[in-house]
Amino acid sequence: MNCWLAVVVAVLLAAPLVALDGDPAMHDPSTIVLHNGTFYAIGTGTGLPISMSEDGWTWRRAGTLMQGLPGGRPGQAVLARGGNNTWAPDVIRSGDKYFVYYSAPGTQPKAAIGLLVGTTLDPRAPDFTWEDRGPVVWSDGVEDSNAIDPGVFRDPTNGSLWLTYGSYFGYIRLVELNPKTGQRLYPDRKPVNVAINSEASIVIARDGWYYLLVTHGSCCAGANSSYNIRMGRSRRITGPFVDNIGIDMLQGGGKLLVGSGGRHIGPGHFGLLDLGDGVQKFSMHFEADLDRGGISVLDIRPLLWRDGWPVAAENFTEGTYQIESARTGTALEVAVQGVPVGGIRGRGGRGGGGRGGGRGEPVPATPIPSQDAAQVSANWPTDAIDVRMSPYMLQAQQKWTVAPVANAGGYPGSAYFKITIAGTDRTLTATADRELTVLPAFTGAPEQLWRIDQLTDATYRLIPKATPGVQAPLALSAVGSSMPTLTTFDPNTDRQRWILKAP
Amino acid sequence: MDPEGAVSGGRRRLLAALVIASVLTGLFPAANLFAQGAAARQIAPTLLRPASATKAPNADGFLQRWLILDPIRLNGQLTDSAVQMAVKAEYFPNQFTALPRDGDALTVADTALTWRSVETVNYNVNLYHFAYAHKRPTSNVLFWVVTVVNAPHDMPDVRLAIGSNAASVWWVNGQEVIGIYNDRQTVIDDGVSKRLTLKKGANVIRGAIVNGGGATDFCARILAGDDRPIRDITVGLSVPERAPASPAQ
Repeated sequence: MNCWLAVVVAVLLAAPLVALDGDPAMHDPSTIVLHNGTFYAIGTGTGLPISMSEDGWTWRRAGTLMQGLPGGRPGQAVLARGGNNTWAPDVIRSGDKYFVYYSAPGTQPKAAIGLLVGTTLDPRAPDFTWEDRGPVVWSDGVEDSNAIDPGVFRDPTNGSLWLTYGSYFGYIRLVELNPKTGQRLYPDRKPVNVAINSEASIVIARDGWYYLLVTHGSCCAGANSSYNIRMGRSRRITGPFVDNIGIDMLQGGGKLLVGSGGRHIGPGHFGLLDLGDGVQKFSMHFEADLDRGGISVLDIRPLLWRDGWPVAAENFTEGTYQIESARTGTALEVAVQGVPVGGIRGRGGRGGGGRGGGRGEPVPATPIPSQDAAQVSANWPTDAIDVRMSPYMLQAQQKWTVAPVANAGGYPGSAYFKITIAGTDRTLTATADRELTVLPAFTGAPEQLWRIDQLTDATYRLIPKATPGVQAPLALSAVGSSMPTLTTFDPNTDRQRWILKAP
Repeated sequence: MDPEGAVSGGRRRLLAALVIASVLTGLFPAANLFAQGAAARQIAPTLLRPASATKAPNADGFLQRWLILDPIRLNGQLTDSAVQMAVKAEYFPNQFTALPRDGDALTVADTALTWRSVETVNYNVNLYHFAYAHKRPTSNVLFWVVTVVNAPHDMPDVRLAIGSNAASVWWVNGQEVIGIYNDRQTVIDDGVSKRLTLKKGANVIRGAIVNGGGATDFCARILAGDDRPIRDITVGLSVPERAPASPAQ
């Protein structure tokens, strides 16, 4: 089974997904920013409400951006070009400042995108003040543009800064920004049209491609919203952005990234959250979270890559898995003597094994039941047991139940997990000597809480919340064919990449 | 391991013929060494008698010099518990602490056995070649192997990494650090210890390899913290207190 099939199987077996913890209520979230160890997102609403989270899992409201703006509302120049609403912002760091672009629509399609500049996103900070630098782009109410929904992008190849904007009426447009001021670099140039029939646009880049992500469908109608995120790609920032079947986004093209699913309806407003070391996630909001009464909520999901396109993955979900090293192909197991599934038998298909299964003999019809720990664990040590890796043979000591732990914190998109031998409370635990053991019981200690991030190639990285006596995060790593250990994550090797498959 | 079990007498004769033919035709590297008149004396197609007191690991860090005891017959069971029981039985005095010399003789179960120093020309030590060359059984046997790694300074956070056909248990300075079980082939770095410290000077590495039937061999090296093989060590077969080391080869 390859990585992708394993992912599909895992998803099929998944418990219902939960979108973040705490208060994730939000509409039109900005790109999530990590600032001084805290995650921030800004959304639509009066004064541009801020949500923050120390771990990326549990979110809370934290005032509004315009608390820090003299007058508490858009400046006169913005109001004159657009209106008094404050919607759908986006944020980027440039030098020592943050540029916040926000929608200030009047009677659409008359609208403007304003710029606020500040040094901190933390409303509690003494320097939480914002400067109004006026409108950046606008639409006059007649032209083929509705200047809302800004998305800002820094080109990693040259540091240039770009803004896309627009919403259904007319075109999604692109302008270049001045990285020092945040305003347009060439205000006299005509904006470049890059897409139609969409909104919430933003550009990302990878491996020489630029990807324009937009939201199609209708918003703001709860469970009746058909929002979905689509994309095209181009070798040039200015387009043409073409989808996977060759249709230009200027003609309505767009490959689906993510639509409704599970208990969540209407994803929109893509934002890239690159955590480094090969871990990418993306933020969005769902128009309706059925588990929260149908309100609009922020969510964070893994972002994978396949055949030159982004792929939206699901956050890891509870289930029983084999944990296979991508480096060695051997599976994590508690170091006890394995028992063949079905008990010790003869050689079966090559001519032994008693009745049936031999050359020319009828195959016995009685299925062999799967093996669980209760069948074979009577002689397992009752205290700590080492961990090792072996060829996966469907045995009980190789099956791990991975389950989220409530009220133990988390990381962007997910709660921490505990990892136990299926059917037991024997728990995978990081040790002070940077190795692993399986303890008889789960205690909730940080060394038993696991962060499971899906990497962009669909494999997983497993990191304990803490390794005793070690400050830096260490990842589950294969060393040799049959030994797991804990080491610093290296994105350039397979040592710390794992494939979690349904057993 | 040969899944059909022990090699038959007919197959042994065939293998012997192939080995002789291979040596004569230069198929094995050892044959070239032999033909060039190297100081080391060939004792099997891939095994030489060491010609110096110490030797550096090869380019990939493999320890190529070992003392091997003639194989001890046993039932050849390879499960965790059977192997642990087999290697923990006492076969000779001080078997977990003694550092034998080449030629030391002892008797186990009325069978006279000899410790023999060897140097492999490959990354692995072919125990089948060893046993066959000395007219010893190759199936359902236990091999004891010992070597001495001399470290120029304390080396913390290193690992012993081995591969073996079939099951094996390993000790570093008397501490059991690796156990790999069941019918398996020699794969580089198959079994790896937890982090350990090689102390400055002599460090004794001891292994017990249990073979059921067919081919049998092992390989071993020391890995640094980044999993790269360590080469700034030397391998001898004695500690300096017992036999002062000669200049390194």
